[in-house]
Amino acid sequence: MKHRTFFWFILPSALAMTLFIALPVVSVFIQSLHVEHEQVLRTVENCGPFGCTEETVIDRAATAELRDAKPLGRFAGLSNYTDRNHLAFSELSDMWDQSDSLSDFTRRAMTLPFWRALSFTLTFTFVVTPLVLALGLAIALGVNSLPRMFRGPTIFVSLLPMIVTPLIGSLILFWMVDSRGVLGAALQTLMNDPTLSLKASPALTWVMLMVYGVWSSAPFAFIVFYAGLQTVPEEPLEAAMIDGASRWQSIRYVVIPHLMPLAIFITLMQLMDNFRVFEPIVGFQAQANATSLSYNIFNYLRGDAAQFGAAATTSMLTILGIVVLLTPVLIRTWRDFNRKGH
Amino acid sequence: MIRLVRLAASASVLAIGMASAANADCGIGSGNVSILGNDFPALQAVVDGAQACATDSVEVSANLTSDHRDLQVAALTADPSQYSVAVVANGSIVPLMNAGLLRPLDDLVEKHGASLQSSQLVRIEGQVMAVAFMANAQHMFYRSDVLEQAGVAAPTTLDEVLAAAEAIQSQGIMEHPVAIVSGAGWNLAQEYVNLYLGHGGSFFEPGSAAPAINNEAGLAALEALKGLTSYSNPDYLTFDSNAVQAQWEAGEVAMMLLWGSRGAGILAGENAAEGVAETTVLAAAPTAAGETRPATTLWWDGFTIAANTSDEDAEASFVAMLNGITPERVAENSGLAVWLAEGYQPTPASAGVIASAQGGAAPYPMSPYMGLMHTALGENLAGFLQGSASAEETLATIEAAYTTAARAQGFLN
Repeated sequence: MKHRTFFWFILPSALAMTLFIALPVVSVFIQSLHVEHEQVLRTVENCGPFGCTEETVIDRAATAELRDAKPLGRFAGLSNYTDRNHLAFSELSDMWDQSDSLSDFTRRAMTLPFWRALSFTLTFTFVVTPLVLALGLAIALGVNSLPRMFRGPTIFVSLLPMIVTPLIGSLILFWMVDSRGVLGAALQTLMNDPTLSLKASPALTWVMLMVYGVWSSAPFAFIVFYAGLQTVPEEPLEAAMIDGASRWQSIRYVVIPHLMPLAIFITLMQLMDNFRVFEPIVGFQAQANATSLSYNIFNYLRGDAAQFGAAATTSMLTILGIVVLLTPVLIRTWRDFNRKGH
Repeated sequence: MIRLVRLAASASVLAIGMASAANADCGIGSGNVSILGNDFPALQAVVDGAQACATDSVEVSANLTSDHRDLQVAALTADPSQYSVAVVANGSIVPLMNAGLLRPLDDLVEKHGASLQSSQLVRIEGQVMAVAFMANAQHMFYRSDVLEQAGVAAPTTLDEVLAAAEAIQSQGIMEHPVAIVSGAGWNLAQEYVNLYLGHGGSFFEPGSAAPAINNEAGLAALEALKGLTSYSNPDYLTFDSNAVQAQWEAGEVAMMLLWGSRGAGILAGENAAEGVAETTVLAAAPTAAGETRPATTLWWDGFTIAANTSDEDAEASFVAMLNGITPERVAENSGLAVWLAEGYQPTPASAGVIASAQGGAAPYPMSPYMGLMHTALGENLAGFLQGSASAEETLATIEAAYTTAARAQGFLN
């Protein structure tokens, strides 16, 4: 393609991407370098139904003046990135000094919002992604070997978890695992432990969220793999059979290599999807036991005092995390592409 | 066909016109009234009264939702604001005040507010910023039959509550006799605020935004919280008010601390198991050892008018809201709340709130940085209850989390 043609071809999408992706990211980055203006406070007398009290209030006129002069707030450099809500270097080093063992240090570090969220987010991503790949492939192979007349209904049922809205799906499970719900009560009876609660124990909550993650994402991997299976050529499979390969061997050496590009695609999508895990935490009301980076952003922005600086900083760190996560997969794809090109 | 549709359309217009003609004329010439507020029966009754003012030239709409706190600042920042009326409480008026989004009501009170009692006027720096119409507080509910069966007297202190819970549990009457609104986040923090103020603590150093909770009262409040939740259903970190009320109505709980505004519904016993409503007794919140004030905070609910709204709409809104709290309407709905307005006749459902207020319970603090403290509490208390952090560590963590947020918001340097 000529350079000129290419330019005009790409211009609309480049413009849209600049407008809707690049500029917002830049603006979020700028916001992350700022904190709110100093609040001018004074003490006044407030009276209400329960009597009069001395209270501190914000001097709105003085604060508004500061805000009009610099609407973004005070420039704070990277202090939002290094404060306790994010990378928390000084808190971590203090904790290191106070701790007597690695597990004690980990326990203390888990009170820091960013590290706490990151540890769950990464665990969730690296547990759920491979399980989704494996389970998706297993379902696809299973459905593919069914007689034709059963395939349609089976595919429909297998896709149901993906069709249910994540928030609704997690709410349904939330009530089922309640200690008075069908799954929670069954577990209590099975384990013979009336105080067993999936919602109370941090470890069990993590497991529950990951099981939910696999349940809701596996259909996506399944349908992609199933589509891929329809394109596996017959000849190499027959050749493998003549060579005496077992069913497992022909899957391992013929089918899986054929599906590899799809597996990379699913891995990319799942890494991104799982890294922004959010709805199950809200749906399961699991914030006491598990928070994610997306949940932290949500938490900073809602409520009485929206903390824009903190939310922007967490957003930037999330973007950075996704870049780090995807780099190995992208490098691999790039290499494959170059190899094929030459 | 087209004629038929037209006919139907004009018939419905006629019907709407007639419906509004049947409404009371509140003396509003014209204007738009739109109300944002929390969602519970007493507020619905007030809003019904305001909506009765709707005429051809006066439009009254309302959005009552438990997410009102998350909406209000953004909705009132718009100019003209999305809502002309925000129904707030002493905890939730602060962010609106901080952002300067409320209109002083002195002129409107002078013109239309003859029926208001002076205690209803919430004055901040001398200016009337809100009109309070009801009071609320979390307080004690207990089941007289269960306590009798366990052979314990009605508890009035936190220690007695724990002793009664132990008696009920050890005699095998109930597995988890206590319920409090202990869902991680805002609700759990509210329980702590109640207990901490009940232990005589204060959240900030006098005259500053510096935190001051790492002390004896703070430790005692943590212990009390742990004591209460140890007798709760193990899922307690997910409990909101609805969940607590549901457990009560299912008859699974013998003592609970819940909002007074829920009292009327519980006593009505519409969804309750047999025998629950009849034996439910409402009492003051329990006191901490050595203290006399009940461990709870008093809340008022009231209405405010948005600053970014036209004079005409502001006046229409004020008059419409007053129509929601007329003495007749308040008398009619006496069972729904502890009304602060004229016409209120106390009912059994108000016993807990009134007893708590008479016991000298503290009002919820209105400092501009209290919201940040509440958030820091909500995020860090669960670790202590689950045993992953000691009490001292937890208090230090809360102070550190608060300080970080207060710095970013410009309250501390």
